[in-house]
Amino acid sequence: MTGSPQPRKTGDSGGAGVAPASAGPPVALQLRDVRYAYAGSENWALDGVSLELTAGRVLGLVGPNEAGKSTLCLVAAGLAPAAIGGRLEGSVALGGRDTSSALPHELAQRAGLLLQNPVTQLSGTSPTVYEEVAFGPRNLGLPLDEVATRVEDALAALRIEGLGPRDPMHLSGGQAQLVALASVIALRPPVLVLDEPTSQLDPAGTRLVGKALAGLAGATGTAILVVEHKTWLLGDLADEVALMSGGRIIFRGPTAAMLDDERLADLGVEPPPVVRLRRSLVERGLTPEPSLLAGEGQS
Amino acid sequence: MTLPEATAATRPTTEAVRLESVGFVYSDGTRALLDVNLAIAAGERVAIAGENGSGKSTLVRQLNGLLRPTEGRLALFGQDTKRRHVAELARVVGLAFQNPDRQIFAGSVRAEVAFGPRNLGRSGVEVDRLVEEALESVGLAAESWTNPYDLGYSRRKLLALASVVAMDTPVVVVDEPTTGQDAPGIGRIRALIDLLSAKGRTIIAISHDMRFVAENFERVVVMGGGRVLLDATPSEVFAESAWPVLDSTSLTPTYPALVGARLGLGSTPTDASFVEALAARQASS
Repeated sequence: MTGSPQPRKTGDSGGAGVAPASAGPPVALQLRDVRYAYAGSENWALDGVSLELTAGRVLGLVGPNEAGKSTLCLVAAGLAPAAIGGRLEGSVALGGRDTSSALPHELAQRAGLLLQNPVTQLSGTSPTVYEEVAFGPRNLGLPLDEVATRVEDALAALRIEGLGPRDPMHLSGGQAQLVALASVIALRPPVLVLDEPTSQLDPAGTRLVGKALAGLAGATGTAILVVEHKTWLLGDLADEVALMSGGRIIFRGPTAAMLDDERLADLGVEPPPVVRLRRSLVERGLTPEPSLLAGEGQS
Repeated sequence: MTLPEATAATRPTTEAVRLESVGFVYSDGTRALLDVNLAIAAGERVAIAGENGSGKSTLVRQLNGLLRPTEGRLALFGQDTKRRHVAELARVVGLAFQNPDRQIFAGSVRAEVAFGPRNLGRSGVEVDRLVEEALESVGLAAESWTNPYDLGYSRRKLLALASVVAMDTPVVVVDEPTTGQDAPGIGRIRALIDLLSAKGRTIIAISHDMRFVAENFERVVVMGGGRVLLDATPSEVFAESAWPVLDSTSLTPTYPALVGARLGLGSTPTDASFVEALAARQASS
């Protein structure tokens, strides 16, 4: 997830490399008619995906198992095919730069990727969590005090300062996931691609990550593409939700309307608890008054 | 959620798992468990919940000998495990890891699932039967010859579950089984748990998924700071009076439990119990 050591010019913020803005916020991520097949596979795991994500926006990605969500993450972050091979058709651009011609370290500065299985992305070379999170920023060639600031900000955003001195290889599954996420956030890429960032977290940890990500998008203009099975979390976090199935985006729309859409459940996506409970009441012949199911956080 | 009649009626009163004042400290000095006392009867389905780092995974690793209590004692089916080799314990307690990739190593789905029972000395015919049954139960029967790493994460997770189920152990432990699953995937895991239950197996599941816990388990053990904080039915654990304890270990009540309490319906941990309570109140008013 990190590039090779790379001296940086002052003024090159890493977040500035976006397409020239004609009007509105700049496009941070753009896929055009993307088809992708893994090396050795005949099948298109992505079969015609087009999407645009502007700076500061959060797009939630939902869909059944094997819909192509994780593949879309790998392709959007430029890891596929650059690092893992395979065939790509169409174009993927990060901050206006086509990923097919970009070097790995350039991609690492344009997009941060959190893999579905966070343990696989810990470096395995750092004696402490603090060092692990510092690994990426240090590789960007940043001055030491800047590295420290980024590490401490990332740990604080996820409230895991206390894990700083711990051995990254001796963490619980959920703690490892937070450390992996902190490592990506510390790179401060303009685009974050997160494949189920809360899959191993307890309910409070899940909410915390939701708030931290919403804060990043709002405060720093980070564009976030996030795969999430917990649809209730997207209710608080995402501006829009896209539904994937069979390697395509079937439809996309504002979060609240999307999460209430019956097509989600039809395709095996679990609706948020409030939607589910309302449907159960209707099935039982009860009329849920709007006030009945208002309020309350949901897990 | 009701248990199959036959299981409830015929359940032996044998104690499958007993932990007495179990403590565990990792070699780097981190304390993970403190004074844990639990007795689980054969055939019970028990969920373990609690915040990240509360000791859940450490606890279940004691059961099959991957870790040994540094304090206290563990007995399986009445026998102290202290002098038992890990290979012996593996015949009694099967454990599906939270992270399937820590477990998967074979070149085909079938070989992966067959490894466990074969390793336990099952005959070829028996291995075939166990493998087919396990793959069928998680919906992977058609993928027998697929390389496990050609499956997506969610199906690798189901594969890891099938591998443990095929070992046919009296106690089955699953760590965060619903992670990364869509609704049909969660449905498969429910069906798998019902199947194991019907066979009289003891099931212990670690889960952060409060809905899954409330709907599928008869007993919930809540952990915090390496201790057992609550050990009760879902109705008791998600009752308003227990919310402060849940909050202390980063858990939240289920949505129907929250709304039920607000409406004064009592403890309604599941959608079904909420709907019934509301219907009963409307009928009587």
